Amino acid sequence: MLGLGVDRLQADINRLLTSLFHQGVLDEQFLQLQQLQDDTSPTFVYDVINIYFDESEKLLRNLRLLLMDREFSDYKKIGLHLNQLVGSSSSIGARRVRNVCVAFRSASELNNRPGCLRGLEVVEHEYHYLKNMMHELFQVLIHVISYTHNSLYNYLIDPT
Amino acid sequence: MSIACELSNPNLKKTKAETIVGNWTSKKILLFRVLCGLVCISLVLWLCLSFYVGSLCICNKDAESSKGVLFRNHNVTRSEIDAMLSLFFDSNQVTSFECRKESNPGMWESYGITCSLSTRLEKDEEAKRHVAELMSSSEASILDNLEENVEKEEDESGHQDVLFYLMNKWHWWFVLCVLVAAHFIFEFHRRKEVSFLQDKQQTQCKRDGKLRKNMLLLCIIAGVSLSVFWFWHTNEKILRQRRETLTNMCEERARVLQDQFNVSMNHVHALSILVSTFHHGKTPSAIDQKTFSEYTERTNFERPLTSGVAYALKVTHSEREKFEKEHGWTIKKMNPEDQTLVHEFDPAPVQDEYAPVIFAQETVSHLVSVDMMSGNEDRENILRARALGKGVLTSPFQLLKSNHLGVILTFAVYNTNLPHDATEEERIQATIGYLGASYDMPSLVEKLLQQLASKQTISVNVYDTTNASSVIKMYGSEVGDMSEEHISSLDFGDPFRKHEMHCRFTQKPPIPWLAIMPPGFALVITFLLGYIFNEAINRIATVEEDIRKVRELKARAEAADVAKSQFLATVSHEIRTPMVGVLGMLKLLMDTDLDAKQMDFAETAHGSGKDLISLINEVLDQAKIESGRLELESVPFDLRFLLDNISSLLSGKAAEKGIELAVYVSSHVPAVIIGDPGRFRQIITNLVGNSIKFTQEKGHIFISVHLTNEVREPFDTEDEILKQRLGSDETCNTLSGYPAVNATGSWRNFRTFQDHISSDKIELLVTVEDTGVGIPFEAQSRIFTPFMQADSSTSRTYGGTGIGLSISKRLVELMQGEIGFVSKPGVGTTFSFTGVFGKDSSVTALELFDQSIHEFQGLKALVIDSRNIRAEVTRYHLQRVGISSIDIASSLGTASTSCASKLVNLDLVLVDKDAWNKEEYVAFSDLLNSGQETYTRPPKILLLATFTTPLELSEIKSSGLVDEVLMKPLRMSVLICCLQETMGDGKKRQIKRKPKNLGSLLRGKHILVVDDTVVNRRVADAVLRKYKALVTCVDSGKAAVAMLKPPHDFDACFMDLQMPEMDGFEATRRVRDLEEEMNKKTDQSRKWHTPILAMTADVIQATNEKCIKCGMDGFVSKPFEEEELYSSVARFFDK
Repeated sequence: MLGLGVDRLQADINRLLTSLFHQGVLDEQFLQLQQLQDDTSPTFVYDVINIYFDESEKLLRNLRLLLMDREFSDYKKIGLHLNQLVGSSSSIGARRVRNVCVAFRSASELNNRPGCLRGLEVVEHEYHYLKNMMHELFQVLIHVISYTHNSLYNYLIDPT
Repeated sequence: MSIACELSNPNLKKTKAETIVGNWTSKKILLFRVLCGLVCISLVLWLCLSFYVGSLCICNKDAESSKGVLFRNHNVTRSEIDAMLSLFFDSNQVTSFECRKESNPGMWESYGITCSLSTRLEKDEEAKRHVAELMSSSEASILDNLEENVEKEEDESGHQDVLFYLMNKWHWWFVLCVLVAAHFIFEFHRRKEVSFLQDKQQTQCKRDGKLRKNMLLLCIIAGVSLSVFWFWHTNEKILRQRRETLTNMCEERARVLQDQFNVSMNHVHALSILVSTFHHGKTPSAIDQKTFSEYTERTNFERPLTSGVAYALKVTHSEREKFEKEHGWTIKKMNPEDQTLVHEFDPAPVQDEYAPVIFAQETVSHLVSVDMMSGNEDRENILRARALGKGVLTSPFQLLKSNHLGVILTFAVYNTNLPHDATEEERIQATIGYLGASYDMPSLVEKLLQQLASKQTISVNVYDTTNASSVIKMYGSEVGDMSEEHISSLDFGDPFRKHEMHCRFTQKPPIPWLAIMPPGFALVITFLLGYIFNEAINRIATVEEDIRKVRELKARAEAADVAKSQFLATVSHEIRTPMVGVLGMLKLLMDTDLDAKQMDFAETAHGSGKDLISLINEVLDQAKIESGRLELESVPFDLRFLLDNISSLLSGKAAEKGIELAVYVSSHVPAVIIGDPGRFRQIITNLVGNSIKFTQEKGHIFISVHLTNEVREPFDTEDEILKQRLGSDETCNTLSGYPAVNATGSWRNFRTFQDHISSDKIELLVTVEDTGVGIPFEAQSRIFTPFMQADSSTSRTYGGTGIGLSISKRLVELMQGEIGFVSKPGVGTTFSFTGVFGKDSSVTALELFDQSIHEFQGLKALVIDSRNIRAEVTRYHLQRVGISSIDIASSLGTASTSCASKLVNLDLVLVDKDAWNKEEYVAFSDLLNSGQETYTRPPKILLLATFTTPLELSEIKSSGLVDEVLMKPLRMSVLICCLQETMGDGKKRQIKRKPKNLGSLLRGKHILVVDDTVVNRRVADAVLRKYKALVTCVDSGKAAVAMLKPPHDFDACFMDLQMPEMDGFEATRRVRDLEEEMNKKTDQSRKWHTPILAMTADVIQATNEKCIKCGMDGFVSKPFEEEELYSSVARFFDK
């Protein structure tokens, strides 16, 4: 009974991850991130992703403030923010967020305000999608923990 | 693939084509303009000419008409008129314009004449007198008659004037039209030219064709209209001439007729005076019927035109009876029905007065006693004649007796000599009789025309036109050309009567061949030219269309080629990326604990992956070369070292197949040359790889490098290898003893070989000789074609894509060299290629093994080898490590016998395995030891082996006969190691083996990670920690500078490039400044230079260069990949 539940959850996780990879939301870097996790830092992925969300939340808020300002002209600042976002996104392997950020950045380099606004919306959309997905993933993982009492993230490296 | 070469400069060609097209259009415009100009000029000229001719014509006509007027109205002699006319004509030429001016509508023609004459008069006194005379004599009648004529003339001239004016205007309109049309065509052309830049070539071609067609059509139309006009003009001239002839002839006839008539009228007049004098003037009368008829009969010659003359007396009714009694007959009435029988005439009815004929010429004697007043015509005539006192004419009627038409001329005879200004009543009162003469018109005219020339050509009709509504024809027939007629008025002296002469040609005008032929020819020529040009234009159109198609196809081919290259590049790249992952994973897999079977599988997979990668690299290279993106590097490198590497790389494969591999570099080749070592290596690897592939179980592969200069003067060379190879065509004196083809054949056809290159460049000739299967003759022509192997079965037998040689050829071409080969099936193949490299005189050698080389200087060595070339190769390697005095012996035996003196003080003996012979060796070593007695150290014996089984090796070693076994191919590093070991001078061999993985490389290293993003820091930290590095993280450039301020104990730093406040570049610059400062302060013992590696998410070439520029040492793309991280950090920690 217990084993069956874990198996089902594991299948869920696998499906979720596969779909995320298929959609291009995540890339190999995420797998590498999982590989970096070991006994010395069992919550590494979770920590990093959370940091990423915190940081990104802040950056996106700043970006929105900057872009909503009517007499706005500081495209350089936007570029800096976006650079950070691109860097951190590629570090955790959030591929789609990274790609739309790059597009956004090129719009900001051209001082294209409508393009920037559109870019921001797309980035936010992608970001929220990623966040939801990750949230779901972690929820499932927490369930797995509750079943197995195992280390939450070891699961990802070694599902058996 | 040759398309690719052409592809490199399609733009150039295009621009060329464009300029050509531009030139062509400008030429066309020029031509068109010249054509238009010519047409305009010719038109204007023609117009001027026609104007001149027209004015002359008009003047001529004027002259003619005035001449006519003069002639008609007065008896001015012809000569006088002509003289005047000629005078007038002369003056006309001078003053024609004035004349024209003056003869405006509303002014009389005669005034014009006067005016023009007067201008002339001023110049010519005689002429003046003459004309004055003329004028005075003619003035009266002119002025009398001109009034009526002038109005007519005026109309005519006015008409002519208007016509001329119109014609003139029409001409100008025509010119204007042509000009406007030309202008429009120009405009169209220009507009087209403007749009030419915008439109595509296709539409342009079509438009060009259309324009040409239009122009041709225009030209043809112009030609046709020109020839039609020419025809019209010539025809008109001919017709005019004809009309003039007709006019002249008609006028001539009219005048002659008039003259004759006048003359006979005068005679009749004279007769009337005679009657008045001798009949009425004398009493009794001197004339009776007999006298009269006799006289008239005898004087009939003077009046050739009259058929008869009769005299009638005026008898009033009161006198009738008396008169009838006197003459003895009654006055008879004229019977209009039957005039022939006079005696049957009825007596005349009672009238006021009678005019009975009393005298008559014999021919009309039947008229005697007939009352002329009884005939309507005659009565009217008589009444008019006596009222006017002049000769009057009846209208034509059927003459009595003769059935001809005739007219009767009647003169009144007066009893007194009346003054000129007598009134009508006075005249009637004075009338006493009437003299009548009948004119037989047809015979008259007939007679007249008989006298004149060319009577056959024209037919003459004479009409009485007194009554305009009913014109009476007096003479003539309706034959002849009705279309053209000239009408001359006749004046028979009776102002009441009007007569006209109508002349026409008897024959229709002949077909005007003169007018038809030349324009006809012009027309034909026009059409022919039109046809020819049309054909030409069609041809041009087809050719243009073809060219366009070809261009299109070419563009498509180019696009396809580019697409192919791009596809190749993209696909290769895309395949490579996952392949790297596959290989990496396989490698990781191999690092794990695997049993033998698994290991074997993994290794096979890894090897296959590597092969695939190399293949992909080759394809990528090919694509790069074809798209022209491959550029050669230009860096100094050690050729010999490179060759060592290559040989070590390939030795494994060669040894597997039992092939001996040897490298030889001529001593003339400098140690360091400048070029692209990677590509050079690629070429040689390709060639040697091929050789290995196609050589089976025997023989050798021999790589040799010479300067082309050495080969060029082969007889001066001191190079033993070259000397031997330049010997016979096919020699067994090769490296392994197997026959090989002579290498000279492979470079015989090199073009660049003969060129002398500049002093700072050297040209290398590299030959790769093998003893393989050789290339079949029929395949030799296409082995450099990509994907084309010598034989389609080759790839199945030997594998490979056949792309390598093609790439090699391209690379050689990039090195400004040539590649060639000579091959003999079953014997082997020798490839040669040349390449131009830079000479770097500043660097003598890469000081890689400098220290070791010093150790071996001054050593003495003996090489014992049965193969000369192999011995030379060994010598070359020994020389490289600094051993200068080297002797060569062909075998142990000869070494011990003939070269005994050489054995003294030997440090090294290198014996090839082929020359190895235990018995001989024993003798040899004895000899050695004996020679060596005085010295403490016996020479070291090294055995050179190509391939030995480990068993064999251990056997030889354990036998203790040799000190060391050297595996061929010889390499400098191996040789040095070996020598160091054998020389045994206490130094332990220091083998520096590269750490296999990052863990050992980074273990315990202090690394600083600089990144503003927490996530990145965490990830980088985790990655580096995984490799057991000690990581410190900071979040800004400033912090990094503070941390890296020397002295510090960081071994390396990973720096993010994009950070707020202070970015990676700035931070690095600051750190470098600090280090510089520090280095200056402290002594030279330790130089501060922390390796700083840039970290960035997007890898762009420009960024890479920028990193290097601001003092960074390397470049790592984020996120970290193991291979990349390894390769970039290995440089700093692998020391």
